[in-house]
Amino acid sequence: MKKFLKWLYVSLIMLFLYGPMLVMIVLSFNDSASTSVMTGFSFKWYAELLHDTVTLQALSNTLLLAVTSSLIAVVIGTMAAVGVNAMRKKWLKNTILTVTNIPMMNPDIVTGVSMMLLFVFVGKFVSSKDVLGFPTLLLAHITFNLPYVLLSVLPKLQQCDKHLGEAAQDLGCTPAGAFFKVVLPNILSGIVSGFILAFTLSLDDFIISYFVSGPKFQTLPIVIFSMTKKRVKPDMYALSTLIFLSVLILLILMNLLSIHAEEKASGKQRKQRR
Amino acid sequence: MKKNAIKARLLSAPYLVWAAIFVVAPMGMVVYYAFTDRSGAFTLDNVLSLSAYGPALWRSVSYAAVATLFCLLIAYPLAYIMYRSSASAQRLLMMLCMLPMWMNFLIRTYSWIAILAKTGLLNQIFNAFGVGPFRFINTPAAVILGMVYNFLPYMIMPIYSVMSKLNYNLIEAAEDLGCNGGQVLRRVILPLTMPGVLSGITMVFVPSVSTFYISQKLGGGKFFLIGDSIEMQFQSAYNYNLGAALSLVLMLMIVVCMIVMNHFAADEEAMLP
Repeated sequence: MKKFLKWLYVSLIMLFLYGPMLVMIVLSFNDSASTSVMTGFSFKWYAELLHDTVTLQALSNTLLLAVTSSLIAVVIGTMAAVGVNAMRKKWLKNTILTVTNIPMMNPDIVTGVSMMLLFVFVGKFVSSKDVLGFPTLLLAHITFNLPYVLLSVLPKLQQCDKHLGEAAQDLGCTPAGAFFKVVLPNILSGIVSGFILAFTLSLDDFIISYFVSGPKFQTLPIVIFSMTKKRVKPDMYALSTLIFLSVLILLILMNLLSIHAEEKASGKQRKQRR
Repeated sequence: MKKNAIKARLLSAPYLVWAAIFVVAPMGMVVYYAFTDRSGAFTLDNVLSLSAYGPALWRSVSYAAVATLFCLLIAYPLAYIMYRSSASAQRLLMMLCMLPMWMNFLIRTYSWIAILAKTGLLNQIFNAFGVGPFRFINTPAAVILGMVYNFLPYMIMPIYSVMSKLNYNLIEAAEDLGCNGGQVLRRVILPLTMPGVLSGITMVFVPSVSTFYISQKLGGGKFFLIGDSIEMQFQSAYNYNLGAALSLVLMLMIVVCMIVMNHFAADEEAMLP
């Protein structure tokens, strides 16, 4: 009985979480343009999506923005983590970490608005007509990605034995060589998870992008937003279904990889014990 | 050696410059715009005209508070069930809770329209039984439902991650010493998982109180929230100064809420033996 109640509770929550998406997936195959009444089965909204140049352009824009912003954030963020880790003055460290927390604690709308104000303010002096576009989007995305990179690399550096780098240098490495050969492999997992986090945040961001983007360069979430402003056709559902499927496949792959890595690690341990 | 340490510290210089320009300076810009007019002259007009936004502010806080409470009530038992499940079930449930977080929140919100609309799924079901149609969409309840739906995973994750580190022996010990179920929950599980609850509350409350998309789509624009007012000033009314003043209020309000919450949390911890 208790077990049944537990199972019921979990299933109800899953129904709540996935029901709306399921409805959307079913309706994406709708034959008519209705977004709530199913009349027949067809792939026509998917075909229409393939010929929609605005959406396809937005998809490539989004990927370009996510890749560049997360790569730059990883480089600056990792450097920052190494620097902060080497700091001795506690107040300085705390100040930096407090500033790092600002974009994470602020509501996205405030972050977006504040950066828009900065860009508009500076843009007045540059005197070009419209400053908002790819450059401002890139700057904003790097800014909100940086804290996540810094905070996933820093703990790895703190776990890492700081004498390792010194030992490498005593054995003849240059400081840079010691970093790349000894420290970097130790913190690589933090860097990778920081990169993945930054990449997905950048892919998904709407609110901040909405305030710092211009009409010339639109990302996928912004296109979705303008699609839902007008009367929606099921092509929005088709797009959502495709996004849902890619996320699902990516997550399953990542889980399989981590299970595989765990098994490999435990296998190694067993061998060593022998 | 010392020289190297200084060099290492210098590596953080680009980040510090970046944060000064793109994090600290924008905050200054918000304050600057809030206290100036269009020509850049000092004025208190923006701040004084804020009283008109009192109802929107109150609505935002109350809706967000209700949504946060619902999230907590739904997520806490779920986190406990996950904690008591087998390792593989935990992994699966964790993935199922995380997957919606990866979907764009615009899509997640929009998907409810097909269900709640006048000709939507719910009314189709009611219609089959010969009742209705009822009005679900464009009500305060729909807005709150949208908040709960969007941000529920942000409550589940932190609570579960703290709970998964909870030592089950503590619960057994409390039971052995004569605690009943309620007492175990109140005296052992709840205090020990408080950090997860607090970060869950923040992670749900902050995006809920500042949202504008959910209220536009599920509230039909009838229930103006503070986020709607900010969005309107920046995207259609183009009164950046008033928008900045509103953002400042939102920011301050969240800081106050957090201070109050942390104060209560500190009390709670002080009561622990």
